[in-house]
Amino acid sequence: MSTTSTGMEGTLSRRDASPPATSAQQPARLASGGLIDRTTTLSFRFDGRMLSAHPGDTLASALIANGVKLVGRSFKYHRPRGILSAGPEEANALVELRSGARREPNTRATVVEVFDGLEAASQNRWPSLAFDMMAAGSVFSPFLAAGFYYKTFMWPAAFWEKVYEPLIRRAAGLGRAPEGIDPDHYEKAFAFCDVLVIGSGPAGLMAALSAARSGARVIVCEEDFRLGGRLLAERGSIGNETALEFVRRVEGELRSFPDVRLMTRTTLFGTYDHGTYGALERVNDHVALPPPFEPRQRAWRIVAKRCVLAAGALERPLVFGNNDRPGVMLAGGVRTYINRFGARPGRRAVVFANNDDAANVIADLHAAGIEIAALVDPRSTASPSIVALAEKSGARVIAGGVVTRVLGGHAVRAAEVRAADGRTRRIACDLVAMSGGFSPNVHLATHLGGRPVWNETIAGFVPGQAPRLMSIAGAALGTYDLARCLEAGAKAGAEAADAVGFQTRPAAIPTVEPQGSAVTPLWRVRGHRGKAFIDFQNDVTDKDVELAEREGFRSVEHLKRYTTLGMATDQGKTANVNGLAVMAEITDRSIPQTGTTTFRPPFTPVAIGALAGHARGKEHRPTRLTPSHDWASAQGAVFVETGLWLRAQYFPQGGDRSWFDACNREVNAVRSRVGVCDVSTLGKIDVQGTDAAEFLERIYCNSWRSLAVGKVRYGLMLREDGFVFDDGTAARLGPDHYLMTTTTANAAAVMQHLDFCHQVLWPDLDVGFVSVTEQWAQYAIAGPKSRELLEAIVDPNHDISNAAFPYMACGEVTVLGGLRARLFRISFSGELAYELGVPCRYGDAVIRALMQKGQSLGVAPYGLEALNVMRVEKGHAAGAELNGQTTAQDLGFARMMMMSKDFIGRALSQRPALLEADRQVLVGMKPLDPSARLTAGAHFVPLDAPVNAENDQGHVTSVAFSPSLNLSIGLGLLERGRERLGERLRVVDALRGTDIRVEVCPTCFLDPDGARLRA
Amino acid sequence: MRITCPHCGERDVGEFAYYGDATKHRPDGSSELAAFIEYVYPRDNPAGPHRELWYHVGGCRGWLVVNRDTRSHEIFGVETAHDRRAEGARNAVAANP
Repeated sequence: MSTTSTGMEGTLSRRDASPPATSAQQPARLASGGLIDRTTTLSFRFDGRMLSAHPGDTLASALIANGVKLVGRSFKYHRPRGILSAGPEEANALVELRSGARREPNTRATVVEVFDGLEAASQNRWPSLAFDMMAAGSVFSPFLAAGFYYKTFMWPAAFWEKVYEPLIRRAAGLGRAPEGIDPDHYEKAFAFCDVLVIGSGPAGLMAALSAARSGARVIVCEEDFRLGGRLLAERGSIGNETALEFVRRVEGELRSFPDVRLMTRTTLFGTYDHGTYGALERVNDHVALPPPFEPRQRAWRIVAKRCVLAAGALERPLVFGNNDRPGVMLAGGVRTYINRFGARPGRRAVVFANNDDAANVIADLHAAGIEIAALVDPRSTASPSIVALAEKSGARVIAGGVVTRVLGGHAVRAAEVRAADGRTRRIACDLVAMSGGFSPNVHLATHLGGRPVWNETIAGFVPGQAPRLMSIAGAALGTYDLARCLEAGAKAGAEAADAVGFQTRPAAIPTVEPQGSAVTPLWRVRGHRGKAFIDFQNDVTDKDVELAEREGFRSVEHLKRYTTLGMATDQGKTANVNGLAVMAEITDRSIPQTGTTTFRPPFTPVAIGALAGHARGKEHRPTRLTPSHDWASAQGAVFVETGLWLRAQYFPQGGDRSWFDACNREVNAVRSRVGVCDVSTLGKIDVQGTDAAEFLERIYCNSWRSLAVGKVRYGLMLREDGFVFDDGTAARLGPDHYLMTTTTANAAAVMQHLDFCHQVLWPDLDVGFVSVTEQWAQYAIAGPKSRELLEAIVDPNHDISNAAFPYMACGEVTVLGGLRARLFRISFSGELAYELGVPCRYGDAVIRALMQKGQSLGVAPYGLEALNVMRVEKGHAAGAELNGQTTAQDLGFARMMMMSKDFIGRALSQRPALLEADRQVLVGMKPLDPSARLTAGAHFVPLDAPVNAENDQGHVTSVAFSPSLNLSIGLGLLERGRERLGERLRVVDALRGTDIRVEVCPTCFLDPDGARLRA
Repeated sequence: MRITCPHCGERDVGEFAYYGDATKHRPDGSSELAAFIEYVYPRDNPAGPHRELWYHVGGCRGWLVVNRDTRSHEIFGVETAHDRRAEGARNAVAANP
C-alpha cells in the first residue's frame, strides 16, 4: 500500500493509528468503538491463513480488520475482488465456508458471523487467489462479452460438448458443491401474529413498538443478528440518546411484552397470498456445529393479519473504470465497518458520491482518523454544508467531477479524477467510498405482482400499490430522513394494530436532526477507462449493455437474459437499477419508458434443505406398517414398499436359495395346505345409511340392492370418463350397512371420490362413510385346510361349515374366546379362502395364534410375491391391468355393467371408440416352449410379421412363474384378444432382448370352474 | 393462500387439494352422451372470479366451493358444496359487488 507515482497528488501515509494491543493481530482494527467484544478473541482461517476476530464481527468485517482486501475472483473474467458492501446485497465477497459435506459455496462474507474455528476460502481461482491463471491477461475476456454463449463456440457443433463447454465451465463459475449429504437437520415451523414487522431499523422498531403497546401479537423479523438496522452504523443522536442507546431501549421495551417475538438471524424471503410470508431462520449458522437436537436452519411460514414492511434501502454503486477493484466500496458499507465493527477499510479515502449522504461518510471517515483525500461530487453545485464539512476534514472538494477509473491491481492505489474543467489528475488512495444513491427494498412488496414505480425525486423505484394487508414505511418507501423514518414507522405500526382491532396511537418520536438526502443521478461516468461494472457478480459492464442495445435486446427482460445482468445469487440487488438506467440513457428513453424491476422470492438464497425440512430420504413421507409387521419382521420377512406401506414380500426359509424359491414354496403351501397373508393394507370403507345401497349402486357399475345381508360381492368402479377406476369387494353387514374394500394403491383416491360423489353430486342421499383401514387388521387365510385352521380359532358357537358359511358369505364371529371379528369367505388366490378382520390392536396376537394353531396343518405365511403369482394363475386384473386406459369391456366385465341404472362412468363408457371391436382386451398366454420365461412389457407381434410399431398388437401386462403348472404364464392386452384364443403369436421384448412364441389362452389358468373356491 | 373452511376456519392452502371448475353440474343419468362429454371435458380458464372446487383433504374432508379471483387469488367466499345451491345466488352477488 505504499505505491506513489510521480504526478500523483498525495501519498499513502504509513501511520498506524491502532494501539499495539490489537494491531499485532488485526492491523486494521480501530482503537475503539464498534459493537464487538474486544475482550474475547476468536480465530478463523481464510484460505488456510489463521486470522483473528471478535464476537460481533462478520467474516467481512474481520477480514477488513485483518487488512485483507482481496477475497475472491469474479465469475467470468477472474478479476480480483474485495468487499463491496456490508450487507445482504454483497456481490463480490462470495466465499466457501466449512468443508466436506458441510461445505457451503457462494456465501456472502458480509452476512456470515465469525465463530471460533470458522474455515472460509476464496472461490473461482487457480492455483491461488493472488495468482490466478485464468485472469492472466484476461485471455478469455474477448469471448465472454454479453451473449457469448449464443454466438461464440457455436461451430463446429461437435466441439461444444468435448471442448468448449468444459473449458468455459472451468473458466466461469463460482463455488464448489458440498462433497456429501448434508449431515445437519432443518425444520419447518408455522407462526401467527397480528402484526408482522419486516426489518428493525428506525421505521421497523417504531412500528413494532407502536403495535406492541396496543397489545397486538407482534413478530419482528430481522435478517441481521442484531436489531437496529442502519442505526447500528449511525453516530448521531436520537432525542437525548445515542442511536445505539435508542435501539437498546426500544428492544428492551419490546422484550417486555409477552406477545412480541423478536426473530433475529431471520430473513423474510417471500410474500405470499393472504398474509402468508416465508422466512428463513439461521438457527445455528453462527456456530461450528449445531448443538444436539437443534436444527441448522428453520423455514418459517408466518401468517400475519397485517404487515409493516420496513426493509430499508440498498445503496447503488457508481459505474466507472475498474470500479470493481478491491478497495472500491459502497459508502454506507464503509460507514458500517467503521462505526459498527471498529474496522478500518482504508487509510486514505476518496469519496465519490452523487447525493447528500456524503456528509455522513465524510464525518465518519474523519472521526475514525481516516484521511479523506478528496470528495468527488458529480453535481456541479454540491451542497454547501457538505463542502464545508469536507474542507474542514481536510478533503479537497472536486465539484462537478468524476472518478474515471481507479488504478491498482489487487487493491486500489489511486483514483483518476476528471474535474469539471476536464482536467484529469490522479489521487493516491487505498479506498474509494462510492454512493450512487439508494434503491428502496421493494422486493417483498412486489412478490404478489405489484409493479414498482419510478420516483424522480429519490431517483429510485418505490413500491406502487402495496399488497393487501401490507403497509410500507421508511427507506423501503424512499424516505431516508431519520426523523421521518421513525415517524412513518410509528404510524404504520399503530395503523396495522388498529386495523386488526387494537386501539393505539403511534409511539412518540424523539427529536432528531434533519438530514439531507438530495440526489442527482449519475448512471455512469462518460469517458471512463477500463471495464466499468454494473453487475459485479455476473461481470456485466456498461459495454455489455451497449452491445445488447446494438443487437436489439433493448427491453429489460431481453437485457437481463442476454447479458445475465441481475441474475445469479444476488439477483441484481446493486445492479438492476443502474443497468436499466444505462439502457434508458443509451436508447434515449426515460426510466419508466424503459421498464421496471420485478422480483420473485426468495429475497436472498434459501437452501433447498431448509425448504425440505425433515422431509428427506426415508422421512420424505410417512411409512405405514401393517399390524403383523413386528411378527413378520421377527420371521425374517423381506419387505417391499407399496405406496406408503411396507408389506412382506416373502418369508425366506433355510432351504430357499432366492426369493423365487420362497415364493414357489409359499404358493405350494397355499395350494396344498394353508397360508396366511396380511391384507390389512387394502382400503376399508364403512358405509352406512338408509341410502347406502343406492349410493353403492351409483358408485359401482354392478348391482348392489340385490345383495343379501351376510353376503359379499365383487365390485367394479369406473371413473366418470368410462374407464376403470378401482375394484374390490363390498360386504353387506346389515340392511343399511356395507363394508367396502379398495385396492391398496387407490384407498385414498377412492375415499376422496366417495366424498365428492356424496357431497358434490348427491348431497340428498342419506349415507355416511368413514375409512376404517387402520382400525381393522385383516388376514387372508387360504388353502384347502383354511377352514380347518379357522375352526381352531373361531369360537365353537359359530358354524363355519360349507353349508352354513358358503362361498361369498360374511358375518360377525368371535375368535380366541370372545374377540369380536368379521369373517368373509372371499378368495383372491382361487383356493377355499377367508379373510378374517379383527380390531387392529389384536392383529399381532391373531397372526401369532393362527401360526401356532396352524402348525400341525403345515401353515405358511405368504407375501406379496406369492399373492401375485396366485392372482395371475386365476387371471384377476390388478394394478398393471387397471392402468387408467382399460374399460370394463376390455377386462371382460362388460356383462357386469348394469346399464338400467345410473352409475359413475355409465354414459361415457358407451362412447363408440371404447366399444370398438379391435380394442386390446385382456387375455392369458402360455409359452410354447415350457422352459421359456415371459417378461412383462413385451409386445405381441404376429408370428411372421416384422417387429415394428405397425405390427404391435398389444403388450404383456403381468407375468408369473406358476409352480402349480410348472410354467411361465402371463396376462396381456391384445387386439381382438377374445376372438383369438388358441392363436400363436410372438411376444417380443426389445429391452431385454427376448422373443418368445406363445399361445393365447383364457385368463384363468387354474380351476376355471371355481370348484376349489366352493369346497 | 389461506382458505376459510366453513367447518374448520381459516387454514393454510397446503391442507387443500384443488379440483377445478365448480360450475359444472352432473347431468341426469338419462341425459344424452353429449351432455356428459360437456360435463367431463371442456373447462373454461377465466381470468377473474371463478368458482372452484377444493377438497379439505388435510382437514374435515369437506368439498368446498371457493369463489376466487384467478388473477389476484382474492377469495370472495367459501361454502360447502353441499350448501352451494342454496347459497349460489348470494355468492354470485359477492363475486360482482
